[in-house]
Amino acid sequence: MSNTWPLWEVFIRSKQGIHHKHVGSLHAPDEEVAIENARDVYTRRQEGVSIWVVESKNITASNPEDSDAFYEPAKDKIYRHPTFYDLPDELKHI
Amino acid sequence: MKEADLEQKFQDKIDAEIRIEPRDWMPEKYRKTLIRQISQHAHSEIVGMLPEGNWISRAPSLKRKVGLIAKVQDEAGHGLYLYSAAETLGIDRDTMFQQLNSGKAKYSSIFNYPTITWADIGAIGWLVDGAAIMNQVPLCRCSYGPYARAMVRVCKEESFHQRQGFEILMTLMNGSQEQKDMAQNAIDRWWWPSMMMFGPTDDDSPNTVQSMKWKIKRYTNDELRQKFVDVCVDQAKVLGITLPDPDLKWNEERGHYDFGKINWDEFWNVVKGNGPCNKQRLKTRNEAYDNGKWVREAAMAYSEKRAARKAAGKVA
Repeated sequence: MSNTWPLWEVFIRSKQGIHHKHVGSLHAPDEEVAIENARDVYTRRQEGVSIWVVESKNITASNPEDSDAFYEPAKDKIYRHPTFYDLPDELKHI
Repeated sequence: MKEADLEQKFQDKIDAEIRIEPRDWMPEKYRKTLIRQISQHAHSEIVGMLPEGNWISRAPSLKRKVGLIAKVQDEAGHGLYLYSAAETLGIDRDTMFQQLNSGKAKYSSIFNYPTITWADIGAIGWLVDGAAIMNQVPLCRCSYGPYARAMVRVCKEESFHQRQGFEILMTLMNGSQEQKDMAQNAIDRWWWPSMMMFGPTDDDSPNTVQSMKWKIKRYTNDELRQKFVDVCVDQAKVLGITLPDPDLKWNEERGHYDFGKINWDEFWNVVKGNGPCNKQRLKTRNEAYDNGKWVREAAMAYSEKRAARKAAGKVA
């Protein structure tokens, strides 16, 4: 039997219509207790209407050391932005 | 990349106010400094529950009792935010608990003073939480992302703590002579230890320069202490209470209040473990940890059993 409770990442939706957002982490023996602990630790003042917990070991993350190369392909594609297209000032509703 | 180049790139990010996140490269000393600071901060929140918990069962009214319970529960929450921020730097929770319980790790010395009367709960809220807020507000802009984010949550909640403390003192100061004396007595005992919460003077704080360069700290100990004094003097007037420092005087030239000499021998003595309650605090923490062991184990055993059952069910 493992001695320490696993680590969980906590995501909270602050109200209907808003994304769940990462708020921190906590330890809990299983997902049910993780949800209850997340309620007590992160929503003592009604900060949420929905909680997600994910065991930290199940999260795959991009490597910050590769980020220059990793995001490089999007860097020179300014034509993906609306301001790239030159239109006359009198044009409305576009 | 060479170590020196990495370090330069790291400092450039700091200078540009770009936050450092857990998996980014960082100098080992930055990591170690933060682990020490954040874990000590977490320990302080956890031990900080003890002097106040002392009065939950004896709070003078239901209103005061629910307020105090909520405050103590917040301190537990703050400890947990901070432990999880420290864990992002590669130290695990149990190691931190061991460091606290063995006496190896420090926590804020203020919690080694006893809470003798109900007025102490007011004094802690006003002065101790007031000093903590002074310290923590700039930490919301700390260069290390997880610490800064934890501080934002803490600061939001801390303001209720300070206000409830002030209200407790105000109520006593509007009461009988005996109640006024009790409030004054609490301030007499908590003022100087609160002043010490900002740590040694800048001349005596060798790590400050590096911490400022890394933007872990934004103000020096003496700067924060001065801000605290300036704010408290005016608040004390509202309370009609006397701060126990005969040298407290407005200095026109500096634009600040001058204050008397801090007893640093007392400070170091408490840091070294000889304060009025050091032993009691550690004993209580150790007992809580040891007595809770079976609960932690039972919860883990139950969850493992349930997971095994679920897996077996799937096979069948």
